[in-house]
Amino acid sequence: MQTAPSQLDWKLDVTSLQLSTNSLGRLCAGDGMGRHVEGVIPIRLFPLSDPEHWIALVDENQRELCVIPDLATLAEPAALCLKEELARREFVPIVQRITWVSGNSEPCEWKVITDRGPVEFILQSDDDIRRLGKKCVLVVDAHGIRYLIPDDRQLDAYSRRIIDWYV
Amino acid sequence: MTSSRLSSPHVDRTLSGVAQPFRPAVAATLRPDEIIVSAAELDLNSQLFFEKRCLVLTTARLLEFALDTAEVQKIVSLSDTVRGQASLQGGLGYLEITCENVLLARFAYTAAVEKSIEQLASRLNAGAHMRRAVAAEEDPGLSVCPSCGALLTAEQPICLACTPSAAPPPTRSLLRLMGFAQRRWQLVSLGFVLTLLATAVSLIPPYLTRPLMDDVLLKWQTNDEAVAFSRVYPYLTALFGAAFVAWLLSWAKTYVLAVASEQISSDLRNATYAHLQRLSLEFFGGRRTGDLISRIGSDSDRICNFLSSHLVDFASDVLMVLMTSAILISMDPVLAMAMLLPFPAVGWLIQRVRIRLRHGFAKASHAWGEMLSVLTDAIPGVRVVKAFAQEQREIDRFQRSNQHVLDSNVRVNRLWAFFSPTVSFLSDMGILIIWIFGAWRVSQGIVTVGMLAAFLAYISRFYSRLDSMSRMLANTQRAAASSYRIFEILERKPTVVEPTKPVNPGRLRGGIELQDVHFKYGTRPVIRGISLSIQPGEMIGLVGPSGSGKSTLVNLVCRFYDVTEGAIIADGNDIRSFPIEEYRRNIGIVLQEPFLFYGTIAENIAYGRPNADRDEIIAAARAAHAHEFIRKLPEGYDSLVGERGQSLSGGERQRLSIARALLTDPRILILDEATSAVDNETEREIQAALDNLVRGRTTIAIAHRLSTLRNADRIIVMDGGEISEIGPHAELLERGGLYARLHQVQLELAERGR
Repeated sequence: MQTAPSQLDWKLDVTSLQLSTNSLGRLCAGDGMGRHVEGVIPIRLFPLSDPEHWIALVDENQRELCVIPDLATLAEPAALCLKEELARREFVPIVQRITWVSGNSEPCEWKVITDRGPVEFILQSDDDIRRLGKKCVLVVDAHGIRYLIPDDRQLDAYSRRIIDWYV
Repeated sequence: MTSSRLSSPHVDRTLSGVAQPFRPAVAATLRPDEIIVSAAELDLNSQLFFEKRCLVLTTARLLEFALDTAEVQKIVSLSDTVRGQASLQGGLGYLEITCENVLLARFAYTAAVEKSIEQLASRLNAGAHMRRAVAAEEDPGLSVCPSCGALLTAEQPICLACTPSAAPPPTRSLLRLMGFAQRRWQLVSLGFVLTLLATAVSLIPPYLTRPLMDDVLLKWQTNDEAVAFSRVYPYLTALFGAAFVAWLLSWAKTYVLAVASEQISSDLRNATYAHLQRLSLEFFGGRRTGDLISRIGSDSDRICNFLSSHLVDFASDVLMVLMTSAILISMDPVLAMAMLLPFPAVGWLIQRVRIRLRHGFAKASHAWGEMLSVLTDAIPGVRVVKAFAQEQREIDRFQRSNQHVLDSNVRVNRLWAFFSPTVSFLSDMGILIIWIFGAWRVSQGIVTVGMLAAFLAYISRFYSRLDSMSRMLANTQRAAASSYRIFEILERKPTVVEPTKPVNPGRLRGGIELQDVHFKYGTRPVIRGISLSIQPGEMIGLVGPSGSGKSTLVNLVCRFYDVTEGAIIADGNDIRSFPIEEYRRNIGIVLQEPFLFYGTIAENIAYGRPNADRDEIIAAARAAHAHEFIRKLPEGYDSLVGERGQSLSGGERQRLSIARALLTDPRILILDEATSAVDNETEREIQAALDNLVRGRTTIAIAHRLSTLRNADRIIVMDGGEISEIGPHAELLERGGLYARLHQVQLELAERGR
C-alpha cells in the first residue's frame, strides 16, 4: 500500500497520547490534535524478548494507530489503563508442573498446574512445543491456547523429563 | 462445549444442554415460566483462572453459575436492547454483554469452549421473540457439524471428528507393525517355522557331548579296554548331520525372513507416502521437508533392518533360551536353577536402561531430522545467504545443530557403553556359578563329568545369546522410535475429510455460492463472514491488501482447507459432500510460482490428465501461447524440465502451467497472482494465454496488478477478511473507495515507470 497522506487519517500522535476506559469497558485513545478512537487494542510487538517496549495500538479494523516505544514514558493514568487492558488481553498461563501425560505419541492429553489453576489440554503434535531462547519453552494446545514455561530447569524431575523429550 | 449426554429420558429436555454438575443449581434457579434457550460452559473466571462455570440463557435472563455452589454468580435481565458480543484473540475470549453503551457483564473463556459461547451470543442477539421461538421448538432436531458437515444428533451434539481428542489408547509403537506383517502372513509364518526348526537343530550337538564324553572318552581315559574306537563314529556322524541341517535351515530362514521384511517395509513406505499425499495442506504448513523425507526414507529402512535381522535373531534367541532351559531342567533341576540365578539381575538392568535408551534414541533421531532441516533450508536459499553475506551464520547454524546430534548421540552411547560390558560381566558370573555348583555336584558323585560338560556347552550358548539379546534392546528402541515417527504420520487424520455419504459432482456447471463463510487459522480469524454468489462462467477478480484473505478464500473454494463456519455450495451441493478428488477434477489452478516436476514438457502439461493424446497436448500448448517456445527447444515437447532439467524463464514456466490447466478443461478456474512474478512484456503474452483459458469457465482471479482483471465481470475488494466493495470495474472506480485508490496508485506508478 502506498502512503498517500489521505490514508494516514487514523494515525495518532504518540507524544501527546491520552488513554482512558469508556463505559463499555473499552480502551480509548486520543491525542493533542483532538483525535479520538474507541475500542483500541494494544499489542506487544516483542511479547517475549522485550514486553515493556514497542506496544502497538490498533483500532477495531486492525489498523495501526501508533506505536508506543516505551511503557515508562507514558503518564501514570494512561499507563495504568494500558496495563489493565494488556493484562485483560494476555492469556499465557505459566506452567508450574506437569502432573500427567497420556502417552508419548501425539495427539496426547496433558494435565498441568499453571499459575491460573490446574487445566487439561490436548497436544496435537510435537511441533506445538518449542524452545524460545535458551530456557523458555512454549506449548500450544489443540485450541491454540499458549502455555509458557519460563525456565524448564526450574521444573520438577517428571515435568522436566517430559519437556526434555520434546525439545 | 455442551458435551453432556442425556443421562436419562426423564431429564427435562430444557436442561439437556446444561452440563451435568450444574443441573441442580440451574433447575433450582429457573422460574416456572422460564425456559432455557442456550447454555454454554465457561472455563475461566473473571480473574482468568481456570474454573468451570456455566452460562445459561433463558427467555428472560442470562445466568452465570459456578461449580460447588447453588448461588447464581451473575444475573443479567434481558431486554431488547441487550447485546452480546463474543470476541476471541490469542486463545482468550470475552463475551461482553452491553446495553445502550453500558457494559453489563463480561465473561472470559478460552478457545476450547468458543463454539457454544458464539451460539449463545447469537441467540441472545436474535431478540426476545426469537428466543421464545427457539425455546418452544418441540424437537431440537438434527444439525450439521459446522466444520465437517457430519450429522449431529441431540445425543451427540458435538462432532467427534472435529473436536480435538487425545490419541486412541497408546500402544507400543512396534506392535502397530503387526498390521503390516499380517498382509505377508504366508512368508512370515514360513520364516517362523524355519526359525523354530533351525533353533531346535542347533541344540543337538551339546546334547551329544554327554554320552560321547561319559560313555566313550572318559572310559578310554580310565583305560577301559572294552570300548572300541568305532563307538565314536555314530556320534561324529550325528554331529556332522546336525551341523549340516542347521546350516541349510538357517540359510533358508535368513533368506525367507529378509524377503518378508523387505516387503513389509516397502508396504510401510507406500502406505506412509500415500497417506502423506492425502493429508491436507495444513499438515505440510507446519512440517519441515527434511523431517518428512527422513521419516519415509531412513526410518522405514531402520524398521526393515530391525525386522529382517534383529527381530529374527531375537526370536530364535528366545526359542533357544526356552528350549535350553527345558533340556537343562530335565538333565539336572538343581544345576539348572543355579544357572538361572543371574537372570533376574540382568532383567532388572535391562528394564532400567530401557526407558532412558528409548528417549535417547528418539532424541538423536529428532536431532538428526533437525540437522537435515537446516540443510534443506539453507541449500535452496543459498542465493539469499550469499547475497546477504551470511555464510558464516549458516555455517554456525549447521554446526549448532550438528553439535546437538553429537551431544544426543554421546549421551546415548554413554549409557550404552556401560550396558554392554555389564551384561558380559554378568554372564561370566553366571558361568562361574555353574563351575562352582558343577564341581561340587561332581565331587558328590551326583553329576557326571559329561553332564557338566554338556551343561557348560549349553550355558555358554545361553549367555552368548543373552548378550546378543541385550544388544537387541537398543535395536528395538531404535526401531520403536522409528516406527513411532512413521505412525505419527500414518495415524494423523486429514483435517479435510472425505464425506461419509458422498455425492458425485460429475462435471459441475460452475456456479459457486459462499454462505457466510468464516475461516480461522488456529485462533486467528482470516475470513470473517463472506457471502457471495458466483454464476457459472462468471469471472471474479479478487483484490485487496496482502493478508486480507484472498488466497485463503480460493484455498477454501479448492477445499485445501474446510471452512470453520458457513458453507461453500457448488451447483446446489455443499462441496464437503463431494469426494475430494472428484471435486478437484473440476478445478484448475495457476499459481504465482508455477511448479514443474522433473520430466518432459509433455508430461508436465499432461500432469492433470496423464492419458491425454499428443494432439491435445499441442492444442493446449498452442492455446497457452507456449507452443512457439517449446518448438524452439532442441528436444521440443520431450525436453526435460524441472529441478534438474532445462531452465525456462518465469513467463515460459507460467505458460506451461496454463497449458496444464487448459488440458484438464476445468469448470472452475483459480488464478492466484498468475502474472505478478513476471515483467510487463511477459505479462502481455501470458494475458493472451489466460484469455483463452478463462473463456467459458467460472474464474476466480487474484491479482495484484489490476490490469489483469480488465475482463472480470465483477471485482471483489477484500479487506480484513471481509468484502469491502463489490461490483464491475467502472462502478467501483466511480464509487471512489478502496478500489479507486488502489487503481490511482497503480496508474501513477505506471506513469512514473514510463
